[in-house]
Amino acid sequence: MTEESRGFLERGRFRELFDRLVLRGYQTMAPVVRDGTILYEEVSGPEDLPRGLRDLQSPGSYRLEAAESGRFFAWANGPQALKPLLFAPREILWETRRESDGALSFSSSTPSPRPLAVIGIRACDLSALALSDRHFGKGPFPDPGYALRRRDLFLVAVDCSHPANTCFCVSTGDGPEAQSGFDLALGELDSGFLVRSGSEKGRELLRELSLPPPEPSMEEALKRQADQARSSQTRRLPSRNLRNALASRPDHPHWNNLAARCLSCGNCTSVCPTCFCFSEREEPALDGHSSLHLREWDSCFTAGHSYIHPGPLRGETRFRYRQWLTHKLDYWHDQYGRSGCVGCGRCLSWCPVGIDFTEDLPLLLGEPDGH
Amino acid sequence: MDTDPHIPRAAIIRDRIQEAPTVFTLRLEPEGDTSVPFRFTPGQFNMVGVMGLGEVPLSIVSDPSDLDFFDHTVRIVGRVTGAMARMGPGDRVSIRGPFGNGWPMDATRGRDIVLVSGGLGCAPLVSVVNYVVRRREDFGALTVLHGVKNPRDLFWKERFSRLNGIGGTRVFLTSDTGGSGWEGAVGPVTNLIENISVTKKTTAKICGPEPMMIATVRKLLDQGLAEEDLWVSLERNMQCAAGFCGHCQLGEMFVCKSGPVFRYSEIKNRLGIRGL
Repeated sequence: MTEESRGFLERGRFRELFDRLVLRGYQTMAPVVRDGTILYEEVSGPEDLPRGLRDLQSPGSYRLEAAESGRFFAWANGPQALKPLLFAPREILWETRRESDGALSFSSSTPSPRPLAVIGIRACDLSALALSDRHFGKGPFPDPGYALRRRDLFLVAVDCSHPANTCFCVSTGDGPEAQSGFDLALGELDSGFLVRSGSEKGRELLRELSLPPPEPSMEEALKRQADQARSSQTRRLPSRNLRNALASRPDHPHWNNLAARCLSCGNCTSVCPTCFCFSEREEPALDGHSSLHLREWDSCFTAGHSYIHPGPLRGETRFRYRQWLTHKLDYWHDQYGRSGCVGCGRCLSWCPVGIDFTEDLPLLLGEPDGH
Repeated sequence: MDTDPHIPRAAIIRDRIQEAPTVFTLRLEPEGDTSVPFRFTPGQFNMVGVMGLGEVPLSIVSDPSDLDFFDHTVRIVGRVTGAMARMGPGDRVSIRGPFGNGWPMDATRGRDIVLVSGGLGCAPLVSVVNYVVRRREDFGALTVLHGVKNPRDLFWKERFSRLNGIGGTRVFLTSDTGGSGWEGAVGPVTNLIENISVTKKTTAKICGPEPMMIATVRKLLDQGLAEEDLWVSLERNMQCAAGFCGHCQLGEMFVCKSGPVFRYSEIKNRLGIRGL
């Protein structure tokens, strides 16, 4: 365990953090406003961040609006987690070439990513990253693209001070404060940031910044802020461990009620920071001499996901919704030792019909007649 | 898994045998780096690819002691298998694998083996037949119960009748429909179970459509077979075959990795549920 260092970074010196990361050779990404939402993009400094904005989220709705606050992180997560930065939405796996004598040769298409620093990661997404590591990073042959992008990652977390109406990370045990898995974590106050290290390379960078120690009043203010963030969350899961609670009742009639609302569009799986499914396909060159084998994010809400001759195993929406939610909250325990839900609430906000499964869960777990 | 699942290697088609109008067998020889020998156990599968079209999971039907080649028996069901059907000796496919766990061959040594298969479900079990026949003294009685929908779906007819001539080996065939010239039984494959007597030495290995496997399991359990001595091989959508892509999930299991062969007691809660 690395010893934790702490320091106070006043707001006017925030740029120094970006500069230090650039000096160390990192491509630096941070939240920016794009298409009416907040996404991670390459930035040059704090001026690119969504300062003075706040978000309004509810099931089926996401809006940004101006806020009085001069803070940089007075909003909750946008649709994008760390997932696309590590598990690319579209990725070439290998190229096949056919020589004139008919012989086939294969070349893998491993990316050569620049070391990446990401500023502004919330606790829920750090938990999701730890889960993705268990999925993609395991075994004698971990996923090559994921492993390469993961290797040189520098993570600057931010304690969440403004959870959205859709957030329930307290209930899943993942937030609002960053707990582990970061190099540096920021606690934001009006005057600046309390910075703490979570790794040796974070400690080194903190040393380079040579910050004054934080005052006790700052620590207290941050603690109050975290308590407020905690108590502002109204949604919760009935239990952190629903192992076998959903799988044991596949015929519960409430799955039909969910299916009646669900459009099977797959938005929830796209924004979910732990959904990992992908499909593979070939893209042949027109000259017939070569072909790319690539993968793209897939969703258990598509018909193709469960296709096996002569048709999909999950032909109906209720089977697909059941698969998604049961996998996430139930099977994940057996697969990776905990629930696959980190309470980020994205699947609520970005569901076009506003399905809020935290409301449906008690019904799915209750007796079919509603008592 | 001993070989990198993330990149294929080439294999050349050495032979192609037409088994039935829509079923054929490809004999493949791996090319390229032969320092890594192609080793597998019965019941494992390969992802076999046609350049420009994609890959399909195919069970390996040949015997693992044949080190120079391996066989896949394929039914034409889509674009990739359709393209494979038009290939012949000298053509190349891509291979990733072998994947999955395979049948428990060492663990069932010395036991009486009952194989129950339906339709092309017999492909994963043909490797078991080959394996047992080549090591006949290592196993007890071998009984093959094989069912097809229509008599014209039956292939390996000669192979089946040859097996009947080997000591301690019996083959029973049935067809759902029957028809002129059909010498086997008529009815579901479960009817054939009356031909066997279950003892403490019996192990059953089953492969076919899920309802057929469930009906077979029920009947064998009724006959006194223990759940621990029942094994099934499952089919799911497979794309990466290495436990990453998520398509083959059945409950908490990635069928490509913890299967495709399962002990019945491990999987019974996940069978027979529509849309799972």
